[in-house]
Amino acid sequence: MAVRTRRYSARDVTVLVIGLGVAIVVNVGLIWGPTLASVGLSGTDWNGIGPLRWVGGRNYADLAGAYPPFWSAVRNNLLWLGFLGLVATPFGLLCAVLLDRRLRLSRLYQSALYLPVVLSLAVVGFIAQLVYSSDYGVLNAVTGLSVDWLGDRSINIWVVMVAAGWRHVGYVMIIYLAGLKAVDPALKEAAAIDGASEAQTFFRVVFPTLRPVNVIVLVITVIEALRAFDIVYAINRGRNGLELLSVLVTENIVGEASRIGFGSAIAVILLAISIGFIVTYLSQLFREE
Amino acid sequence: MTLTAPVPTRAAGRPGTPPRRPVRPLRALLHVFLGLVALGWLLPLALAVYASLRPYDETARLGYFSLPEHLTLDYYGRAWSQAELPRYYLNTLIIVVPALVVTLFMASFTAFAIARLRVPGRRALLIVFTAGNLLPPQVLITPLYTVYAMVPLPAWLSDSQSLYDSYLGLILVHVAFQFGFCVFVMANFMRTIPEEIDEAALVDGAGVWKRYWRLTLPLCRPVLAALSTLQFTWMYNDFLWALVLMSSGDKLPVTSALNNLRGQFFTDYNLLAAGSVLVALPTLIVFQLLHKQFVAGLTLGATKG
Repeated sequence: MAVRTRRYSARDVTVLVIGLGVAIVVNVGLIWGPTLASVGLSGTDWNGIGPLRWVGGRNYADLAGAYPPFWSAVRNNLLWLGFLGLVATPFGLLCAVLLDRRLRLSRLYQSALYLPVVLSLAVVGFIAQLVYSSDYGVLNAVTGLSVDWLGDRSINIWVVMVAAGWRHVGYVMIIYLAGLKAVDPALKEAAAIDGASEAQTFFRVVFPTLRPVNVIVLVITVIEALRAFDIVYAINRGRNGLELLSVLVTENIVGEASRIGFGSAIAVILLAISIGFIVTYLSQLFREE
Repeated sequence: MTLTAPVPTRAAGRPGTPPRRPVRPLRALLHVFLGLVALGWLLPLALAVYASLRPYDETARLGYFSLPEHLTLDYYGRAWSQAELPRYYLNTLIIVVPALVVTLFMASFTAFAIARLRVPGRRALLIVFTAGNLLPPQVLITPLYTVYAMVPLPAWLSDSQSLYDSYLGLILVHVAFQFGFCVFVMANFMRTIPEEIDEAALVDGAGVWKRYWRLTLPLCRPVLAALSTLQFTWMYNDFLWALVLMSSGDKLPVTSALNNLRGQFFTDYNLLAAGSVLVALPTLIVFQLLHKQFVAGLTLGATKG
């Protein structure tokens, strides 16, 4: 929709070249350049100093065969994705549907639900410790149990996912609520006149029109699941059952052993998973243009 | 919920008050359910505030789920002075304010060029910028860390004499990472500005800069407000970048510095709770004051503008 037929003066061209040039340089230099460098470095055994040495796929073979945290992280990332996608996201949708009607106190309910969205996941991690602490945590006090929720590696990932879900639900709800408000009310009225129940109206009429929003929520869920980091890092630095791919990448560079090549291989696996979803998202966003 | 120019619709605006209706059992059930959920959602935060007000020996004896014997603001004092929170708040401001201004400035100009001018390759540019924002930060953090350590800076700009462990480094990474999202949102918004405005300016012989700065940007106030609110929250909440790209404890932004309240061998969770509340406070205040902008920003990015 740009304005047609115009010549740019020399000054206009200069302004454009500088403006866009800076943006492109920053974006390539700090985002896409490093991303490609990760791919390159993942084939080396570089330790941050010394010469670069090409080792081919050895880092990947080591990851799969000789690095136990890797599989535990893959499993946790998949669980995380499953939990956000199958529990937190549908719950957010449910809340959005329930709130998308003229209710008194609706504003209040909405505010409560999306209050956690503004919190840093690191802060969520600290708050989670108050709830789950084995000695004086609220959960044990209320239930009378004495479970070490965060220390027991067979259950800690679950309770941490609940804490992450606490924040995710509000996020999803905001987006669905906006999507629902954009649905033509005439559709719902027509369905009601035809005698459809409220559930039928939602699943047969409203939900299909939300398709673009669904794709977006799906991608946000995936990205959030892959980015999950702060919350486990705040709890126990992502160890002892709370391993995540993102934590392993970070540990391999900020940890004592600076294994740049090896850490990059994990990053490339993260990249490979996310790129598929990013492409889906973008094709949805840019489809009709 | 969309913002469109030149007359912005107020996000989440609701016409009038709902008419009174007779109480129906289903509706009552709905209120019970939503009320319980809302309560459950607020509980962890309320607990953090409650825990921060009670002395350690009391919660150690009785647990967090107990009636208080003493309430004290002592922990806030300790978090404030002993943990030097004011210094970390200042660090956050030093990083977030320039990052926010530069991001919005760069993104608005780029969006202007993409949405309002016939720049060749504008669609590809927009796609590349938007995609960059969606990458998990860990995908690029290793080379970034390496490069940061190698780029020298003069001592007056960074006492570490490199981009690593400098405010400038963090500002740059925030700008680069949030830029894509802002461009996407603003480009969508600017497309909704009527073309006639530009045509009139062209007749007057206005150049590209004038049309951007004097004409388009003032019309973008609602979207700038939404994005500033959202970006402030996101940049403020950052934990990872500072963790990896900073090494001096005294330069950390406040969210990452919270980690310092943990002892090496012993953590006083009441102190941590007070710290968490203090760190969460600015975002909660922003949320309360600029609630509409926050929601508009989120939904602008997520649903097509």
